Amino acid sequence: MQVQTRVDIHSEWGIVAARQAGRKLAKEIGFGSVDQARITTAISELARNIYLYANQGEISIEEVASAGKRGMKVVASDRGPGIKDVRSVMEDGFTTSGGLGAGLPGVKRLMDDFDIDSEEEEGTTIISIKWLR
Amino acid sequence: MKQIESSLYQIYKEMLSNYLESKNEHTLYSAQQFSKEMIEQDMSPEDMISLHLSVFREIIQYVPDDVEDSFDVLLEVMVGYGLAHREHQSLRDRQRELESELNVAAQMQQSLLPSDPPSNENGVELGLISVPAGKMSGDYYHYMTDDHGRLGVAVADVIGKGVPAALCMSMIKYAIDSLPEQRLQPGPLLENVNRVVEQNIDNHMFITMVYGFYDPDVHQFHYAGAGHEPGFFYRAKTDTFEDLKTKGLVLGLSKKTSYNEYVAEVELNDMIVLLSDGVTECRYGNDFIERDQITALIRKYSHLTAQEIVENVYRDLERLQSFQLRDDFTLLILRRNM
Repeated sequence: MQVQTRVDIHSEWGIVAARQAGRKLAKEIGFGSVDQARITTAISELARNIYLYANQGEISIEEVASAGKRGMKVVASDRGPGIKDVRSVMEDGFTTSGGLGAGLPGVKRLMDDFDIDSEEEEGTTIISIKWLR
Repeated sequence: MKQIESSLYQIYKEMLSNYLESKNEHTLYSAQQFSKEMIEQDMSPEDMISLHLSVFREIIQYVPDDVEDSFDVLLEVMVGYGLAHREHQSLRDRQRELESELNVAAQMQQSLLPSDPPSNENGVELGLISVPAGKMSGDYYHYMTDDHGRLGVAVADVIGKGVPAALCMSMIKYAIDSLPEQRLQPGPLLENVNRVVEQNIDNHMFITMVYGFYDPDVHQFHYAGAGHEPGFFYRAKTDTFEDLKTKGLVLGLSKKTSYNEYVAEVELNDMIVLLSDGVTECRYGNDFIERDQITALIRKYSHLTAQEIVENVYRDLERLQSFQLRDDFTLLILRRNM
């Protein structure tokens, strides 16, 4: 089984470290430069969400394979306040921080598979996969 | 997909090498046309940058490392632009959906209003125009002739506009429809409508309304109002306008409200003018239109039919405020002509 890389996110340094680890693995798997940039942007956004709303959590990345396809899985998990209304944060134009962040709909667009599991007061786990084409 | 990509690659390669050789405007023009095709094919900005780099690499053979590396930065920035672009597209699609939903709702709303043109029998002539500021209207109007030739008319105005106002408007219609026995009793009719409104809408929504009916046998207009913009009574004999004042609380404020009923003796060619505040709150520049400007317009067109009068008054007021309605506009004129 492939090794999983975990990066703790509790500062902006963590965000950069997660990006770096993500780009390295994406390159190894064989993603082109555009997809590398997409995956790292997705990791950035996920890590920033952790940093901004949950203060701390982790990003883990690993190579996955399914039905003859290779891909890269990015999991963001935290024990933060959770998301009250997942449907509304998945809506375009919804940003609680008021910044022009890509937000979760952006991450969903950048990756191929996207799943979100959030419990109020418990935390949030977001699983996303980009498949190699 | 792969085929499209490779043909795009070829086209772009040809354009870029042409340009690097000749630097002519014609090639740049082709590039501009090419961009339209790319956008149509949903090519993201980051893919475009990447296409440029790989084509450039092939043409130039050797791209300096610095130039190559600089594209990492450009690509990263463009991923953000690409996301914004896609979000914009999806918001635009959603706006289209909402708009078509609103169109359906607006059609439904139209079906709530009287559809037959007002009849001009029984010695009385009716003219009416109602134009929403947006797609849906918060103004309601009603007219109906009973078996004895008596003509009931109403204008109601929901404070606010758009969809919430339109939803309230439908309630007024059903309330009036369910009170056939009170069509000749303006006061009690408003009391009942008030009860329905008070029970069914939020405290912060208000509706004003005026209801009246004309009896051609005795040439009288009976009416009552609920906080509504006063209409006008035009006396043909003296060529003067009077305010059609009524006393009564707006609908929906208090459960127990009673409404005074008034009677006007209507002589030949006298006019009764009912309106919504979209008429009196017409603005030109920073000024509101004065009520005597409205009566002047009505007088100006008084040689025409009632329907032509309201249409001309609307057209003049619309032009006066540069064709931008701020509020729903309803104007109704009733004139005795026999």
